Amino acid sequence: MNYIPISPKERDAMLATIGVKSMEELFRDVPKKHRFPKLDLPPALTEMEVAAELNELALGNENIRTDLVSFLGAGAYNHYIPAVVDHILRRGEFYTAYTPYQPEISQGTLQAIFEYQSLIAALTSMEVSNASHYDGATAVAESVNMAYAQFRGKRTKVVISPAVHPQYRETLRTYVQGMDLTLAGDDPETVSSEQLSVNSLEALVDENTALVIVQYPDFFGRIYDYTALIEAAHAAGALVCVAANPTALALFKTPGEMGADMVVGEGQPLGIPLSYGGPYLGFFTTRKQYIHKMAGRLVGETVDNRGQRAYVLTLTAREQHIKRERATSNICTNQGLMALASAVYMSLLGQTGLRQVAELCYHKAHYAAKNISKIKGYSLCFDTPFFHEFSVCCPQPVEAINDHLLEHGILGGYDLGRDYPSLKDHMLIAVTEMNTKDEIDALVDALAEVNHD
Amino acid sequence: MNIPSNLKYTKTDEWFDLATGKMGLSDYAQGQLSDIVFVEIVVAAGETVEQGKPIASVESVKAAAEAYGAASGKVVAINEELANSPEILNKDPYDAGWMVQIEGGDASGLMDAAAYQKYCEERAH
Repeated sequence: MNYIPISPKERDAMLATIGVKSMEELFRDVPKKHRFPKLDLPPALTEMEVAAELNELALGNENIRTDLVSFLGAGAYNHYIPAVVDHILRRGEFYTAYTPYQPEISQGTLQAIFEYQSLIAALTSMEVSNASHYDGATAVAESVNMAYAQFRGKRTKVVISPAVHPQYRETLRTYVQGMDLTLAGDDPETVSSEQLSVNSLEALVDENTALVIVQYPDFFGRIYDYTALIEAAHAAGALVCVAANPTALALFKTPGEMGADMVVGEGQPLGIPLSYGGPYLGFFTTRKQYIHKMAGRLVGETVDNRGQRAYVLTLTAREQHIKRERATSNICTNQGLMALASAVYMSLLGQTGLRQVAELCYHKAHYAAKNISKIKGYSLCFDTPFFHEFSVCCPQPVEAINDHLLEHGILGGYDLGRDYPSLKDHMLIAVTEMNTKDEIDALVDALAEVNHD
Repeated sequence: MNIPSNLKYTKTDEWFDLATGKMGLSDYAQGQLSDIVFVEIVVAAGETVEQGKPIASVESVKAAAEAYGAASGKVVAINEELANSPEILNKDPYDAGWMVQIEGGDASGLMDAAAYQKYCEERAH
C-alpha cells in the first residue's frame, strides 16, 4: 500500500461531511493561545546534517562487540546471535512487531508464533505458551494477574522471593498498586543469608496465598531445586510461578519438571541483542487447566474448510476486546518480531546446540569463579550451585573496581549494593560463551590489580 | 425454540425451576451464543447468591457472557460436569445443563413461559 497524503480537496470534503467550513472552525473549542504554541526549537537541519550529528552522538557509545569485553549480566546476557536470525527478521513479510488486526489472513505470522509457542513449551516442559509479552518483568507481573483471577480475588497474598530480579519486583509492585493484594517476602534485607532461599519462603505460604514467585537461577545466579517448595505451596492450595533463564533450561532440570504452574521469563538470551530499554521478550507458559485465565494471545493449529493445516488466534473470548472489564489482563498483544527472533534462534541451535551454549556458559563461569575466588580479598558470597553468574565479595566498592576495569576495556559486573544494602561491595559477574579464556584471565588480572592499588 | 412451561425465566435468559431450585441458561441463550467452549461457575456450594449477580462465566466460539442468579438464596449444589463438558449447555440446556441449585430462593419478578416466549420473539425483530 502506498502512503497517500491528504490533498486540499479531500480535506474540504471531510470538513463538509462533518459540517464545518474551515480548519479554524474545527478547532474553535481549543483556546487560541493553545493552538499553535511557540516551540523553542533550534533551526531545522538538512537530512545530511542530521545524519552527521546523530553519527557523532553514536560514536560516543562504547559497545561490547568492538570496544568492551563484558561481564555484566543481571537479567540481560551477551550471547552470540547467528546471522540468519537477523536475515529472517528483516524479511518484509515479518518485519512488523505487531500481530495483524485480521490475524488469520497472515498465516505466516501465525505459524511463526505457533512455532515459537511450541519451542518455548518444550524448553520449559510446560503444556501451553502464549504468544509472548513485552519483557521478563511484565511476564512475571502477568503471573500475578492470572493467579488472582484463578482464585477470583479470594486469595490476596503473593509470596515473592527477594532473590527475584529487583526490576521484576518493582514492576510487580506497580501492577498490584490498585489491586487488593499484599506482597510477602519482598524484603531485600534478608538476602545476605543462605537460608533466605527456600525454607523462609515456605513459612510465608498460607491458605490466603494465591501465588509464590521464585527465580531460576535466581538474581544471584544460584540454582535451587524448587520441587519441595512447589509441593508445599500446592498443599496450601497456592500456585507457583518460576521466572527462569531460558538458556539454563537447556542444561538443568526444568521448572515444569519441578511442578511449577507457570514458567515465565526474559527471552532476550534467545537471539535478541542487548539494548538499553529493549525491545526484549517476555515468555509465559502454564498448564492447560489455567489457559482461560492466561493473558495475551494464543495461536492454535487447526484445519480449514478444505482440510488443510491452518493457524488461528484461539481462545480470544478471554481477551479484553470481548470480555471487557471481566478480562483478567489488559494485554491483548505480543512481542511478535522478538518472538520470531527467538524461534529462529532456538530452531537453528536445536536441543543440542542450545545445550552446548549452556555448557560453555556454565564451564566458563565456573573457571572464572574459581580463579576470582583465589585472588586475595575476593571470595564467592554463596556456596550454592550456580549457572553462568555468581556473586563475589569484593575488597573495595564495586563502583571503584568497575572504574578500574573500564580502563582495561572491561565492563565489570553488577553492583548488588544498589538493590540490596546488605550486599555492599558485592559484585554479580556473568560469563557467557562470548567470553574467551584470555578475556577471563584478563578480568582476573585486573581484579587482582585493584587489590594492590 | 424450546421453552418448558414449568419453568420461570429472567430477562437475562436464565431459567429457574421453582420445584427443584435449579437454574441454567435458556434454549434461546445457548442458541444465540452458539457452540459453548468454556463454563466457569463462580459461586460455590454454601455461598449465597443474589438475583441478578453473576454466577457463571460462559465462553462460546463467538462471545463471552455471564449467567446471573435467577433467584436469591443459598447455593446447595453446582453442576461440576459443565467444566469438563461445556457442550452440555448446548445439547440439553434444561436438564443436564443445570448450573447451580439454589435453596430458599426468592424468585420474585420472573417471567412465566408465555411471557418469556413473547420476550424472545420481540427481540428477534
